[in-house]
Amino acid sequence: MDFDVIVIGAGPGGYVTAIRASQLGLKAAIVEREALGGICLNWGCIPTKALLKSGEVYEQLDHLADYGLSVEKRGFDFSKVIERSRKVATQLSGGVAFLMKKHKIEVIEGAAKLEKGQGAPKVVVALKAGGSRTLQAKHVILATGARARTFPDTGLEPDGERVWTYREALAPKTAPKSLIVIGSGAIGIEFASFYRALGADVTVIEMLPRILPVEDEEVSKAAHKAFEKRGIKFRVPANVKKLTKSKAGVSVEIEVGGKAETIEAEVAIVAVGIVGNVENLGLEALGVKVDRTHVVTDDHGGTGIPGLYAIGDVAGPPWLAHKASHEGVHCIEHIAGLKPPGVKSPIPGCTYAHPQIASVGLTEAQAKEQGREPKVGRFPFKVNGKAIASGETEGFVKTVFDGKTGALIGAHMIGAEVTEMIQGYVLAMTLEATEAELHATVFPHPTMSEAMHEASLDAYGQVIHI
Amino acid sequence: MTDILMPALSPTMEEGTLAKWHVKAGDTVKSGDVIAEIETDKATMEVEAVDEGVVTEILVAEGAEGVKVNTPIARLAGDDAVAPPKAEAPKAAAAPAPAPAPAAAAPPAARPAPVEAPARPAGARLFASPLARRLAQQKGVDLSAVKGSGPHGRIVAADIDGAPAGQARPAPAASPASAPAAAAPRQVQSLEQMGIPAGSYDLIPLDGMRKTVARRMTDSFRDIPHFPLTMDLEIDNLLAARGKINDALSGSGVRASVNDLVMKAAAIALKRVPEANASYTPEGLAMHHHADIAMAVAVPGGLITPIIRQAELKSISQIATEAKDLAERARTKKLKPEEFQGGTFSVSNLGMFGIKSFGSILNEPQGCILSVGAGEKRPVVRGDRLEIANVMSVTLTCDHRVVDGATGAKWLQAFKLLVEDPIKMLVLGA
Repeated sequence: MDFDVIVIGAGPGGYVTAIRASQLGLKAAIVEREALGGICLNWGCIPTKALLKSGEVYEQLDHLADYGLSVEKRGFDFSKVIERSRKVATQLSGGVAFLMKKHKIEVIEGAAKLEKGQGAPKVVVALKAGGSRTLQAKHVILATGARARTFPDTGLEPDGERVWTYREALAPKTAPKSLIVIGSGAIGIEFASFYRALGADVTVIEMLPRILPVEDEEVSKAAHKAFEKRGIKFRVPANVKKLTKSKAGVSVEIEVGGKAETIEAEVAIVAVGIVGNVENLGLEALGVKVDRTHVVTDDHGGTGIPGLYAIGDVAGPPWLAHKASHEGVHCIEHIAGLKPPGVKSPIPGCTYAHPQIASVGLTEAQAKEQGREPKVGRFPFKVNGKAIASGETEGFVKTVFDGKTGALIGAHMIGAEVTEMIQGYVLAMTLEATEAELHATVFPHPTMSEAMHEASLDAYGQVIHI
Repeated sequence: MTDILMPALSPTMEEGTLAKWHVKAGDTVKSGDVIAEIETDKATMEVEAVDEGVVTEILVAEGAEGVKVNTPIARLAGDDAVAPPKAEAPKAAAAPAPAPAPAAAAPPAARPAPVEAPARPAGARLFASPLARRLAQQKGVDLSAVKGSGPHGRIVAADIDGAPAGQARPAPAASPASAPAAAAPRQVQSLEQMGIPAGSYDLIPLDGMRKTVARRMTDSFRDIPHFPLTMDLEIDNLLAARGKINDALSGSGVRASVNDLVMKAAAIALKRVPEANASYTPEGLAMHHHADIAMAVAVPGGLITPIIRQAELKSISQIATEAKDLAERARTKKLKPEEFQGGTFSVSNLGMFGIKSFGSILNEPQGCILSVGAGEKRPVVRGDRLEIANVMSVTLTCDHRVVDGATGAKWLQAFKLLVEDPIKMLVLGA
């Protein structure tokens, strides 16, 4: 037996799982075919946040006069914006390498494939450096992640030049002057927000009736309005019929409300969903159940194959780094016999556009569908003292409580720094707080978080500042 | 070192006031010494030490209110024989639920912890999420009997689903139809919201008795299908008999009231119609062996129902003596729990206020409660003639789950026979 546990994939699901395994006294190895930190750290969460910060600061220059400030000449060097983003990613990837060393986790660089083994499957790694290693562990955890979904038939397939996925969009040589974003989920909206900040002409196409379709409807509407104010154009709901490439760029044929329309731009970004990385792992031969590109798992990540588990994006939505880490820790603690609490923790979702969007739990509509007779509270930032002082009055906070029990079952926020504030509600929901605890909690003044208190008071007719 | 815990003086007691300490740190106590007085919503109880030891520390100050059962209140040092005090023999008696028998039933060293939750040391903080606490309250689930599945055994909302409904209300849990209604909390608007401005009234805080009355009456009135039966009784013979009885008792210091005779008659009627001396439980109908008559006594701030046990076997003078003593001690909060808990039938009398007729709310788990109005001269029709007689209206409120209309009527007939011709009490007595 070479290891107690082998984790395949060193993204935020895999590397966190390996560290927890090591903490639990298990001998662990991690296999990675590209870079430590996975997509999140190298090609996702982190580098996009670096870009968005550049965009936000640049866009803020337009509003300097509001703050009584002025600047003589504004401008940007796109290659330096990208360079900063890449540096941030490299720094953090190095951090993961340090963590692996610290926890005595062997990092095996190469592509893994599973074969029938003794108990758990054997892991055969085609090493990056050449050759291969065959390893046997007691437990194997798949944390291979996911990638952008493509539709070659309609031309929605990246070529790296005119048609991008998030990957190409993160490090192009020059900033496009015009851009079509297909898909208005978090990824599509973040790129739309970033490139718009740098002055690109951006059109977002969404198939569903509203942008950010997983968010609460009121938040979607407010976001739509806010982005339009910034000059982003939307086609909602619209079906993409065909994407064709031309010398000048791309031409996208769409259908909006029964009418055909053609939009041209330099570049198109395809952000229409995610598929799990389930190929070339030998899953079929082992009989692993895969449903629509995702490994089917039980509550602890078990696949039904002895000793084989799956966590994170490859095990299904929501495709979020923090969900992967959480599942990984739960899985390894279960393997170690710790009996982690059987309660499902609520998983927040964040979109780092300008304005930001953050949410957790049920939307008002979902709560109604479930018969929770929701009590809903709202509070706008435009009457929040700190927001006014900061010149960040856009957006609002919305709370959803179970009408029968008073449990907080959902929270939805749009505005500045809401991604940093949502955690208050996530903690409240994890602790199963009711309106009573939220009402009794003291929120510091002056902060934008006071709007969170007010929104929970509003749900019970006790709002103070409206 | 032994912690002395706040004793449960009754199966339903959740908290109490530490009214008085009889010992202080450094005092040596021996078995039987009264160490403290505990006040609950219903009574003041003396707490005795069970064994010898030295009080090293008083943990809860005199006068502290809302002290939860099983909270350490003092610390005793001594040999291993030193044990927590035991409350003065409150028997489980006819308690409404299989609640853990308080200290009396436990070996001296054992702490009166709830039976279902051995994992949690008695007196330890109970960890439950806010939502779990609210759901438990709404569903009447006793949290101390629930095993938590959250971190460190914390009770979370998911643990409340499927937990047995509480001892306070066994009935609604057994009846799916009534369960949702029972589960929904009553949404109460504030007085301000209902147009009564703050400052236009004084607010008296709810004390334990008020909360108990509010909870028990709400539960009873909402959850029990109750109906009233009213009957007029001629009491000239009863009044005459009372006169003779009191003549006979003169000099003894005992005087029988109309209510004492009513209770005696009620007790005998319950032996004649035993179907009315019953309680509904989800497991079956409990047919009580004796007529334990609970008499409603108004006390400052509320009411309490001390019990004349086995009233069918007691003489009128015995009943009169006991009733007087119980009523007096009820008013001074000196009743012991076993003196007001249980009871198989209640009598409530508002005759002294001139109330002609009224219907009481059932006193769970009893199947019936008798409401007695004022005796007064009224016209009565005898044959075709109008005459004057002393008449008293009584109303029997019945729990329809156990006492049907015909049963209630049969009991009232038996009762009427005894009241209108009291000598029958001697003939038909149990």
